[in-house]
Amino acid sequence: MPLLEVTGLSKRFGGFVALDGIDLAVQEGERVGLIGPNGSGKSTLVNCICGTLTNETGTVRFNGETVDGLVTHERTHRGMARSFQLPRPFATLTVAENLRVPLLYTVNARPGHKLSAAELDTRCAELLALVALADKGAQLPRDLTQVEMRKLELARAMAAEPKLLIADESMAGLSQSEVDDIVTLLIRLNERGITIIMIEHIMRAVMKFSQRLVVLVSGKKIADGKPDTVIRDPEVEKAYLGQ
Amino acid sequence: MRTRVFVLISIAVAAAVFFAARLVNNDYVFFAGYTVLQFIVLATAWNILGGYTGYVNFGSAAFFALGAYSTVFFHKFYQMPIPVLIVIGGVISGIVGLGMGYLTLRLRGAFFAIATLALAVVLQTFIVNWDYVGGSRGAYIIRPNEIAWIGPYIQYLFLLMLALVVISLAVARGIERSQLGYGFATIRDDELAAEASGVPTLRLKLIATTISGALMGMAGAPFPYYIGYLQPSSAFGLEYAVNSIAMPMIGGTTSWVGPLIGAILLGTLQQIATVTISSAVNLLIVGLLLVGFVIIAPNGIVGLVQGWMRGRAK
Repeated sequence: MPLLEVTGLSKRFGGFVALDGIDLAVQEGERVGLIGPNGSGKSTLVNCICGTLTNETGTVRFNGETVDGLVTHERTHRGMARSFQLPRPFATLTVAENLRVPLLYTVNARPGHKLSAAELDTRCAELLALVALADKGAQLPRDLTQVEMRKLELARAMAAEPKLLIADESMAGLSQSEVDDIVTLLIRLNERGITIIMIEHIMRAVMKFSQRLVVLVSGKKIADGKPDTVIRDPEVEKAYLGQ
Repeated sequence: MRTRVFVLISIAVAAAVFFAARLVNNDYVFFAGYTVLQFIVLATAWNILGGYTGYVNFGSAAFFALGAYSTVFFHKFYQMPIPVLIVIGGVISGIVGLGMGYLTLRLRGAFFAIATLALAVVLQTFIVNWDYVGGSRGAYIIRPNEIAWIGPYIQYLFLLMLALVVISLAVARGIERSQLGYGFATIRDDELAAEASGVPTLRLKLIATTISGALMGMAGAPFPYYIGYLQPSSAFGLEYAVNSIAMPMIGGTTSWVGPLIGAILLGTLQQIATVTISSAVNLLIVGLLLVGFVIIAPNGIVGLVQGWMRGRAK
């Protein structure tokens, strides 16, 4: 049984069809790359999966449960997490406090063990160390650099202890070495057992990261398979390079 | 500092204020002090929604008036002691606050603020046309001159309002340091990211509007006894809406200290202006101060002091 199963998902904005009958299944532990030209519906798909937008038709099943009609935080509680394309930190909270929010509101909201105050502090420190922000915990997000901000975004998503992490263009605008940094980080997270869907334009990162590649073009899925085969697909070449 | 310690200290300070006012032995001190205290409660209540959660409420006067008019209603319907009326006023305003919370589903920012203003107009129209509570004529409440144990009735009202100040400050400070405080702050900063982090934003917004509304209603409940003659235009007065926004803004919206400082400063200034110049100059003072603070210290007095201390630490 796949961890995430999207069937026949469509979304329109007025007369514009943003997504048209998308089917997508992601197995547990997989690393999936999702690519497509600008405006092809990648972020819309993420928003529909996470509940930020409501899809008109189709269903999203997660972990064996239909999550249609659940609002975003309920999906987060069930184990979905996402980072945003443009980092959206909580600007008035410190970096450490930013990580504390999902710990308090997601991890502690799940049945079972509740983290004590001391455990919360250690967990925050662990997460900060994981993304190499250990010495920035007391700073405000506005004092961070662009790449640090992306790392904070990923760390906050990770703090919710997700089964599935959707990283929406977490590398746009970064330098080569910074991109490598983030890819290594994502692969390390995957090794811990987290399923990851990565949305990205930087092909070098996508090819390095993905075990499977899905291509969206104007709201339709046109390819899905091994990265090497997919990028040689004539349809994909046409969409990216023109004829 | 633990909440219990904070409450004990606040009660001690409140008791000291009360006995100091008694030492002066002048009813006017209680009369003017009551207004200042009332504004501390209103400003603190506004700040729970406006400062912590980031939803600007222009309808504070409506919640205040709801508390006041629930007292008028029950005064005629079935006489009860004022502490009970305060609880009733709080419950009624809290329920309306809960209703206002559902507006946040569709309205954010300026649109929410406009809707709260409309709420105030609708409620005022309703009260003006409700004959039982006096309608546009207003309602008289004859209060006793004296009360057992304390003496003059105004001192009793002053004491009740002091208690409300302690309660509202304890609530605001408690929220600030709890999980709820983090949740409110995430809503203020970025609602989408808050949801993605698992914060149930709607539920928290409903909690904020309910607590804020209830505290405003509680502040309004003893008002008819204080003023003796209540009419819609005084209960729904513009100064309540303006002051409960201006006081936290001037004091600082990020902590419970801000509204307290803002209300004491502005409230006292207004009382002095009322006696020395005229009562009409009040709103002018508020307006000028607000403009001044927005330009010079956008984070209020608390922000100014924090910035100054951070500068010294470096």
